[in-house]
This record gives sequence, C-alpha cells and structure tokens, in this order.
Amino acid sequence: MLRFIARRFLEAIPVIFVIITMTFFMQRFVPGGPFTAEKSVPPEIQRNLDAYYHLNDPLWKQYTDYLWDLCPKAFHPGALRHGFDLKAAFGIDLRPSFKYANRTVNEIIADKLPVSLELGGLALGVALILGLTAGILAAIRKNSWLDYLCSSVSMTGLCVPTFVLGPLAVLAFAIHFHWFSASGWYTWQDRVLPALVLGIAYAAPIARLTRGGMLEVLSQDYIRTARAKGASETRVILRHALRGGLLPVVSFLGPASAGVLTGSFVIETIFQIPGLGREFVNSAFNRDYMLVLGTVTLYAVFIIFFNLAVDVLQVWLNPKLQFE
Amino acid sequence: MRFRPRSALLSVLCLLLTGVTAAAAVAKPQIWRVGNGVEPEDLDPQAVSGVGEQKVIMGLFEGLLTEDPHDLHPVPGVAEAWEVSADGLVYTFHLRANARWSDGTPLTAADFVASYQRMLTPKFAAEYSYLLWFVVGAEEFNAGRLTDFTQTGFKAVDARTLQVTLNHPTPYLLKIIASHIAWDVVPTRVIAKFGPLDRKQTGWTRAGNLVGNGPFVLKEWLPNQKIVLARNPNYWDAATVKLDGIEFYPTEDIATEERMFRTGQLDKTNELPVAKIDTYRKDYPDALHIEPWLGLYFYRCNVTRPPLTDKRVRQALALAIDRESLIKNVVRGDEQPAYAVSYPGTAGYTPTARLTGDLAKARQLLADAGYPGGRGCPAIELLYNTSQNHRAVAEAIQAMWRKNLGVEVSLVNQEWRVYLDTQHKTHDFQLERSGWIADYLDPHVFLEIWTTGNGNNDTLWSNAAYDRLGQSALAAKDDTERYALYQQMDAILVDECPVIPIYYYTRVYAMSPKVKGYWPTLLDNHPYKYIWLEN
Repeated sequence: MLRFIARRFLEAIPVIFVIITMTFFMQRFVPGGPFTAEKSVPPEIQRNLDAYYHLNDPLWKQYTDYLWDLCPKAFHPGALRHGFDLKAAFGIDLRPSFKYANRTVNEIIADKLPVSLELGGLALGVALILGLTAGILAAIRKNSWLDYLCSSVSMTGLCVPTFVLGPLAVLAFAIHFHWFSASGWYTWQDRVLPALVLGIAYAAPIARLTRGGMLEVLSQDYIRTARAKGASETRVILRHALRGGLLPVVSFLGPASAGVLTGSFVIETIFQIPGLGREFVNSAFNRDYMLVLGTVTLYAVFIIFFNLAVDVLQVWLNPKLQFE
Repeated sequence: MRFRPRSALLSVLCLLLTGVTAAAAVAKPQIWRVGNGVEPEDLDPQAVSGVGEQKVIMGLFEGLLTEDPHDLHPVPGVAEAWEVSADGLVYTFHLRANARWSDGTPLTAADFVASYQRMLTPKFAAEYSYLLWFVVGAEEFNAGRLTDFTQTGFKAVDARTLQVTLNHPTPYLLKIIASHIAWDVVPTRVIAKFGPLDRKQTGWTRAGNLVGNGPFVLKEWLPNQKIVLARNPNYWDAATVKLDGIEFYPTEDIATEERMFRTGQLDKTNELPVAKIDTYRKDYPDALHIEPWLGLYFYRCNVTRPPLTDKRVRQALALAIDRESLIKNVVRGDEQPAYAVSYPGTAGYTPTARLTGDLAKARQLLADAGYPGGRGCPAIELLYNTSQNHRAVAEAIQAMWRKNLGVEVSLVNQEWRVYLDTQHKTHDFQLERSGWIADYLDPHVFLEIWTTGNGNNDTLWSNAAYDRLGQSALAAKDDTERYALYQQMDAILVDECPVIPIYYYTRVYAMSPKVKGYWPTLLDNHPYKYIWLEN
C-alpha cells in the first residue's frame, strides 16, 4: 500500500506542474489586467505599476521566477503549528496579491483556509448524517412511504440551489425568529445556518447514492447467506450491507470534499463568511494573477489528495479490489 | 390595605432594573455600524484607488483641508489657515500647533513633504499620484525624469508652514485637497520601521501598526469580516468627535447587506437593491434614503465608426431617448434625467446648454444625415459590461431607438475588465455604456475628460475650440469667469454629442433614523466627526 501511495504522490507532481503552467498562461491571455480600472491612469503611472509587479518582464521570465518561488526550499513542518504559513514551513512563496496591497497570497490562504475547512467540515458532517440516514432508511423500506418521503426530500434538496435556500433560511431564522444573525462568522451560532444550508445541498446526492448502493448490495447472495445464517436485520444492514453500499458515496465524497473544504463561493457570499471560496472566484474577476494561481494550485492539491484517499478507502471497503 | 411583600419586592426589583438599563443606555458606547460594499485593498492612502478604501481611510487620516459636513466646501484640517498668491501659483498652508499623530508625536510640514515624495516615487507606483502633478516637478519626478525631490514645488518652510508651487493656476486645487485622500499625510517615520518607503506590502497598515492623524484610529481589522475604528484621543478636534467608534462591514452582496440591516446588524447600508425600494417606501420610509450623487450615466460614441462619425446621427440618438420614462420604469432610483454633461449645481455651476428638440427634430436630423426613417443606416452595436441593470437600460433604449427612429441597435456585453480593455485600449466599439463619478466637487471633473488626449476620453473625439476653452478656464481669474468658459464647453458637448448623457446618479441606501449629524452630500462623503447616534 505504501508503494501505491508513493507512486500516486510522484504522479501528482507533473499533474500539478501542468495545472500551474496552464493557469499561469491562460489567465494572461484574458483581456484586462489587475490594474485595468474605470478611470485610466496616465502611461507613466502604468509603467511604474508594471515595474513594481514585474509585469513588464518577458512572460517566460515571470513564469520561471514564479516557479522558482513556488519550489519548496525548506522543511520545517513544525512551523505549521503556529498557523498555516507555507513560507515558514516549506519556503513556498506564493507572492503578494495584486488586489490586496498589504497581503501576500500565503497570508490570505493561511487566514481563509481554516474558515473554509471549518465550514466545510461542519457541512460534510451534516451532509453525512442526513444523507446516510435518509439513504439507508429509504433502501431498507423500499417503496414504502418512508422511501418516497426520503427520496422526494432529497430530490427537492438537489433541485433547490443554495442561493435560494440560504436567503430563505435567513429570512425565517434570522429576520423572523431572531435566532441567529443574518450574516457573519463570530460566534458558534453564526456557524449553524451556513453549515446546515451547505450540508443539505450535499446531503441530497449522498442520500440518493446511498439508497442506490444499498439496494444493489441488499439483493446480493452474501446478504441472503447472512440472513439465512440468522443474523439480525441490524447486523445485516450495518455490518454486511453498509460497507459495500457506501462505495458510490465514497467515490462521490472525494471531489466533493475537496470542493466543500476549499470554500463555497455562494454560501460565503450569502453569509459574509471570510472563507477561501470567495477569494477563489473573485481573484479571477480581479485578474489577481498570483491569487488565482495560489488558490487553483491549492484546490488541485486537495483534489489529488482526496482522490487518493478515496482510492485507499475503496480498497479497504471492497475486498474485490487490490492495490496495484 | 394589606402590605404585599411580594409585589413590593417586585417593584424594588423593577426600579433597580430600570436604573440599571438607564445607566447602561447612558454608558452605551456610540458605535456606528456601516456597510462598506467592498473589503478594502489596503488602508494606505497612497496605495489604494477605490471608493470603499477611501471611506475607511477618511476616518483614519486627515489632509491639509477637510470637508464641511453640509456641502463639502473646503474647511481647515491640519492646516488652520492658507493663502494663495495673486498669480494663483503659490499655496502657503499654516499647520495648526496642536496637530499630532495618533501616537502623540507632533505633525509637521516635513511630514507632508515626505508623504508627497513617497507618493511620487516611481518605484512606489501609486495609482492616484497624478492628482499631485499640478505641482512643479511632480510629474517629472513621478516619471523618473527628475531624481532630486528638493527641485519640486513642495517645500517645508518651517515646521508649521508648507509651501506648494504649481505649474499653472489650478482653481479647484483646494477642493481636491479637501476631498481626495491622495493629498493626505502618511507617517513616513512609522512606515520606515516596517520596510522600505517605496514598498507597498510592509504591513504598516495592520491594526496595532497603523498610525494616523484622523478622528479615529484602527482598532481591529478582520479581513472580509469587519474593520473597527475607535476614537483618536490625540486628534486636534477630538472634542467635536461624538462617535466612540465605527465598524465597517465589507458587504459585497447587497441582498445580504439589506438583511443585515433588517436584523439590526447595520445602522447604514452601502446600497439598497432596486427591487426593495418600493417595499421600503411603504414599510420603512424613515430608513429609505435616495440622494443626488455627482455622477453621470452616459453612452459613449466612438466618433470614428460610421454612422457615429456624423454628429447629426449622434444628436438624433441623444434626442430619441425618453429619459423620464426610463428612470420611472427601468432604473427606478429617482435619478435625474441628464440633458447635458455637467451636473447641475456643482459648486454653484449649472450648465445652461441642454439637449433640446422633440422626436420630429431627431427624425429630421437622421434624415439629413442620409438615413430617413433609419433606412440605410449602418448597423450599430451597443457595448455594456455584463450586469442585469445595464442590460435593462440598454434594452429599453434599444426599443426607443427602434420605435422613434427606426434605427436597429444590437446589444453586446463583456465581462467588466474585458469591457474596460475595449474602452481604454482597443476602442473596438461603436456605442458604449459608461459612468463617471466625480472625485471632487468642481465642474472641471466632467469637462476635462473630453479634452484631446485625456486618458479617459475614449471617444476619439477631438475639438480644438473645446481644448482651448479648457486651457483658458485654468487661467481664469475667478470662478465667474471660469464658469462662463465652462458654459461654452458644455454647449460644444451638447452640440457635438461625443457622449449621450442619460441620467445623473443617486445614492440609494437604508439608514436607521437614529443616525444624526449626517447630511446628504453630492460626493457621498460624510465627515465622521459630526455623526452621532440618538438613543
């Protein structure tokens, strides 16, 4: 298994390199730049700005300089205890942001990623609890009123986007009942609505996948064998069926976790949460080249990591698979 | 009557409680919570360019002059008095003796000179440094052609006297100094502790590091959450300051901002969604504010693209827009229809020239240009930046032109920065939606743009008579003479129509009725030291 992980890790390096290269060049071919403003500045000042941010260097030089800054040049993982500072820990310099003149991309990620991780983690918890419960119940009571209820609720959850559910939740629980604030990220109460809304959005597909996976497994011979041997229904469901029934959910959770943990633009905007999702999307609108690169690379690393985790988990869940 | 110990106890408790709440009400700090629209890029007055940054910085820094809270005319700031030489070239500012930084150190004329040197240092690359270019040698120094800053027109005569010498008379200079943060003073002594003066990312503007000279100091900055300002005890006019603090919230989503206002998290919003205006009119009329704003919404013509090369076509298009109906039915923020470029009532100036003529005249002009009833008129494309509101306006005007003139206009939208590139660099458009918001309160702001070679003209329109009038206006001996020249410039614009004025902006926002000492102003600047909250 270690060999498998090591190989996947080495494979990831060229993938990340290609992603960085493509992002670097693609964003430069988009019209408009970080200092394109409604009120244009005189050419002398434009030259000063380009010089300050090295935008007047040849593109290949900007690219190689950036790659050099990105290369890990140190290894002090202990520094991560004091905050998520990639420069102190690994010597990775993601450069200053163009837009936020007094912040570096390292700092922005260090500030915002923990918020997104917290929100995403809570939302995933909500999603798993709701989704798995609904999916399992629907599968074991197939074609009963419970199944129809769970299925129709999760179908509704799939259809109602978070930008509708979010404001509705605020209207009901913040403006009408005054239970929570309309927005912000200060107290634990502020975590409730965003985590629920984002969690429900992910609970719906999890419920449907769980139901499908469970139904497939429950019709297999080994389940009949287990029942024939007199195993209790609870034991059959939780011990024998669930492991196999979860396979489709696990495949879904890989990329989904990467997405939800690196921030949700919509939820963060609706609830004014200082997470990374907003930076990710806005950096593209702002042509904040360095912030785009930093967030895209981070997202890529997350996706690669979670896909690897999914593969490992699947082998563990499904004895038919082997590491190769 | 029987004595009832229980009720007696209750009334004592009640009394106690009211006493406690009353005391709490008196002691409750005056914290004003405002929606700021955006997260500030920075709080360094010399490193930023946006309105959202300026709003916060105005609480933290003060320039030589500041603004009157009612009409924004320049009033003493750090300078308690000033003189202008007879030829309009030398400005002498006398700084007040009790001007201090928020760390208690005295504020001197040398601080101003050092600030302006930093602002103009080419390597520092300040975006708004051109607002200092009126001063002798400033442009040359900023462009790197002059390296000795003592050769420029900034001079600290003594600790309390600052002298500024200009290239040519600039009658609106005091208004820029009062209204724009580019002329603010920064603590170079403190900045140098955090890194080289010509670098932007030194962190001196973080809470705990920042030293300013305004009515407030920076207490806390939680990126994308809030910025907290507290009263500055070292401010020279601290006695006037009524608020104990201000909290600025970066409210990028205006629907969220409106909900924050309704739950009482905000005392004032930055904006209000158009769809909410009618609800507020009905349910919260005290909270709804719609105020004139010194800005013009217009369509820019590229005068090198047929048929817009013909001024009669431009005039016909300008006349065939029903502005009242557009404002009432589409824009819906009580905007004022624009029939000229300059804003009526800008520092005492109202353009007399205006677009006049009915639809018959518009049709006649189009026929004279060779396109009777729109027949034979080359295709026209209208470019706007991607947004629901701009599209609605464009569609309404497209329908008006089709119905009134028989002219077919197609609509194209581009993402914001792509669109700005088209406007400034490639000029690859025929008609383009635009807006212009004034930086300071003088008619000059709307007229200088259209001079030949101005970086914001973008119409490729050039008119020698117009340029000459602009030059003469700068040399005018007083505002009467200057405004008379501006009248002629406005008349040329209305006749030539390089731009089609549509409406003058308004600010639409919600504000709690308990906010006092806040008056509507044309630049939407509101000196914070006069604001207070009624309990």
